[in-house]
Amino acid sequence: MSTTDLKRTPLFEEHRRSNAHLVDFAGWEMPVHYGSQIDEHHHVRRDAGMFDVSHMLTIDVDGGAAREFLRRVLANDVARLTVPGGALYACLLNEAGGVLDDLIVYNLSPERFRLVVNAATAEKDLAWLIALRDRFAHTVELRPRREWAMIAIQGPAARGRFWQARETARAATGGLNVFQAAESAGMFVARTGYTGEDGFEVISPADQAVALWRDLLALGIAPCGLGARDTLRLEAGMNLYGQDMDELVTPMESGLAWTVDLSSERDFVGRKALLVRQPQKRLAGLLLVDKGVLRSHQLVRTGRGEGITTSGGFSPTLGHSIALARVPLGVAIGEAVEVQIRGKWLAAKVVKYPFVRMGKSLIDIPLS
Amino acid sequence: MQLPADLKYTDTHEWLRQEADGTVTVGITWHAQDRLGDLVYVENPPRGKAFRKGEECGVVESVKAASDIYAPISGEVVAVNEELASNPEKINQEPYRAWIFKLRPSEPGELQTLLDAVAYEKLIEAESH
Repeated sequence: MSTTDLKRTPLFEEHRRSNAHLVDFAGWEMPVHYGSQIDEHHHVRRDAGMFDVSHMLTIDVDGGAAREFLRRVLANDVARLTVPGGALYACLLNEAGGVLDDLIVYNLSPERFRLVVNAATAEKDLAWLIALRDRFAHTVELRPRREWAMIAIQGPAARGRFWQARETARAATGGLNVFQAAESAGMFVARTGYTGEDGFEVISPADQAVALWRDLLALGIAPCGLGARDTLRLEAGMNLYGQDMDELVTPMESGLAWTVDLSSERDFVGRKALLVRQPQKRLAGLLLVDKGVLRSHQLVRTGRGEGITTSGGFSPTLGHSIALARVPLGVAIGEAVEVQIRGKWLAAKVVKYPFVRMGKSLIDIPLS
Repeated sequence: MQLPADLKYTDTHEWLRQEADGTVTVGITWHAQDRLGDLVYVENPPRGKAFRKGEECGVVESVKAASDIYAPISGEVVAVNEELASNPEKINQEPYRAWIFKLRPSEPGELQTLLDAVAYEKLIEAESH
């Protein structure tokens, strides 16, 4: 694909002005970093950073049958959403129990829901949802909000800076709990993110997003690219769709059993398959003990058979390389394993993940 | 970024400096580190090992990807920059000072096959279009 075919977000000119290094991400021309990915990573862990995530798609799901429709379509149960503005992380499954996408669903009012889905899967998701709507709930209205922009402001100082920039939003958003959202002055503000830090994700029309981006930049918030977003989410132990899970694996094999509600008789797409499919593997955290860098698709040798890394990289917070890997069930925390890097088998250790939350390491680094 | 005129270059983005003692010092160019992003790991070639021109002899890894370093000319590795093991970011900060290894050339004639700053600059321009 040539660069002229790539889609651009409303914030594209802002990125150019900040000397962004741009890459093709799922057909979008997006900033990967603005100079130093590691500096951006540390800004978010220690202070605050902002990300343009307008390539993700917001889909509004409205109507009296919206709630029952989503209870049928999502593996997590939106009936768990009992507070106004509540948010839930959920998987969209196919009939075989494979993961079509992961998303966040917000409950705006009893008849209004909002989904935010991944950029790479947006059109597939929308077609899937429309097909299911036509089968199960033809009165439900599905509205993709392609014209909207989305800014993620993340880090210990993120909310404070946002209120500095938008004092009028403080009243509506000051009391939000984690995984809760509110509408304020034409913005949709959610206390969610993909970094393991506190912060907001702000959805708004394009012109408001540009003004907010500029005001936050003037307050000293570092613009951060997709590179830092990836290392932050990996440290936080959050899955990336297409790497850590896809249509061929179930949530149970992807560290996402906690997002699947099998406690009731609720009949959701993929349920029958999940009740039958016995997982053989699970997702585990790895810490590289030898020197080197873990990447995705590296072979893992364990006492119980082979596995494979699904995401890997250098963790700026830990100063070591970490990975998520799909390994045989029964591989235990603390177990020594080996990972193949350029033909050599290097020592690694199975660790609990998340690796980092709220600026703090959650694992013991071996003294080696 | 101004290319140092006293260095030689390869089309795989290494730079070389000819030292008075007959050895050559090797690093990667500003352009190479700019494309890789923040460096996080350097795998040096083993000291004492001989490489043929163009052979893989080390690896630099950035936040983004791993990239091979090729022997720009044939020779034996006589020194490696140990400082990079704990401070790989030196390559980003000062690519023409943060050398990676030194070779004693076994085929000194190969030095004539390398690019000068003007030719390397043209190569980068051609690659970016």
